Amino acid sequence: MTETDENMEYLIFSIMAIVATVCAILVISHRNPVVSALFLIATMVSLAILFLALNAPFLAAIQIIVYAGAIMVLFLFVIMLLNLRKDEFGPERRKAQRFFAVLFGFLFLILLATAIDVGLSSFGQREVAAESLSPAGVENLAQVLFTEFLFPFELASVLLLIAIVGAIVMAKRKL
Amino acid sequence: MIPFIIITLIKILVVFVVFLLMIAYLTWLERKLLGHFQVRLGPMRVGPHGLLQPFADGIKLLFKEELVPANVNRFIYNLAPILVFIPALIIMAVIPFGDRITILGQKVDLVISDFNMGILYVFAITSLGVYGLVLAGWSSNNKYSLLGGLRSSAQMISYEVSLALSLIGVLMIAGSLSLVEIVKAQDKFFNWFIFRQPLGFLLYLVCIIAEINRAPFDLPEAENELVAGYYTEYSSMKFAMFFLGEYGSMINAGALATTLFLGGWQGPFLPPVVWFLIKLCAFLFLYIWLRATLPRFRYDQLMNFGWKVLLPLALLNILITGVVILL
Repeated sequence: MTETDENMEYLIFSIMAIVATVCAILVISHRNPVVSALFLIATMVSLAILFLALNAPFLAAIQIIVYAGAIMVLFLFVIMLLNLRKDEFGPERRKAQRFFAVLFGFLFLILLATAIDVGLSSFGQREVAAESLSPAGVENLAQVLFTEFLFPFELASVLLLIAIVGAIVMAKRKL
Repeated sequence: MIPFIIITLIKILVVFVVFLLMIAYLTWLERKLLGHFQVRLGPMRVGPHGLLQPFADGIKLLFKEELVPANVNRFIYNLAPILVFIPALIIMAVIPFGDRITILGQKVDLVISDFNMGILYVFAITSLGVYGLVLAGWSSNNKYSLLGGLRSSAQMISYEVSLALSLIGVLMIAGSLSLVEIVKAQDKFFNWFIFRQPLGFLLYLVCIIAEINRAPFDLPEAENELVAGYYTEYSSMKFAMFFLGEYGSMINAGALATTLFLGGWQGPFLPPVVWFLIKLCAFLFLYIWLRATLPRFRYDQLMNFGWKVLLPLALLNILITGVVILL
């Protein structure tokens, strides 16, 4: 990797990190749920670009196809069908809700601090991600997925199958 | 580094201009062909055989008054046409339209980016194309728009699955996700994937028509039940953006079909770019032909067809391809 490449990567990282953070903040601060969902999509797309900069194009593509493309469309669908309005949120907040918000916020803070700590100590080892995903990407991933991690992979597929069957049963009470 | 950037910029500019011109003339071609299919002449007034009609239309649309209905969500209402148009535009970045050529001692690949995950890039961008339609429908605050938007998103999500699965066979035989490599795998006439993947090709053809909302799957804009669907409330250039997006997707669909199934730019005697355009135009003609021939599907027929016929067939195609490769 030449110096220009490295500078370029740093530039892309800085821009996309700022965009991702700003969008993520807007997701929770905007009043309109549809706009929030849009900013969530923007966050995911900027994360995908970060993956690209880290030399993991497969992960980037999957990030967009699965999260930004499929899951968020369904989110948007639900939000639109419910058609929430501002006044429906109302000023009243339940006490339990506040308690859990504080609790989980605190837990998340601990998680974040740990992640940053781990991230800082392994700074400079970014080749790890690149090596496991980059050269020819998909071939290596498939190799690992279908040999070493075959069992968890198949388990995940069974889990998804159960979820699909469950969804159909719930949607069609009487078949 | 510098020559690379300059060459890439030139390539982007050329592809962009040609793409927009093709969109303009695709509208002309559609009106002209539909006219002849229905035993009339189509546009004749502007230029010889109406050849300047697209420009007249473009200027007219630019100068039309723009009406924004009250009670729309301005931000999303303005964003939606852009979200329709941009994905259609940037898919072209990975489509190879010619072999490597040498200009002034510089080797130039006739593709903007030989991205080694080209096909995944295409999937990723198409999956983002839904948002423009949904958001246009929702933000217009009109029930016809909303129904059109919801229909289109349901349709696109359903057919996207079969669309992606129909291409897996091609990927399995070519052994690569790069569109350049896939073209190279079809070096002889009988190596074209249309012969090695006939079922996959048919599935792709059907799914892509649903994906780009063309007849006979143009339910999102079914006039007789939904007025004009998701773009009912749009006017002027924003209305035009939806059309640019739709025709742009048509060209993308044709270009992708050419690349994946018809051997891309390969062919005898004529230069590669010409072959690419010939094959692409054949697909565009096919779409217009289908529109003139077939009536629109009913919504439940569409959904049943997508999930109960196309999806199992696509899975079967993968199974057969896998067995043949193994043997």
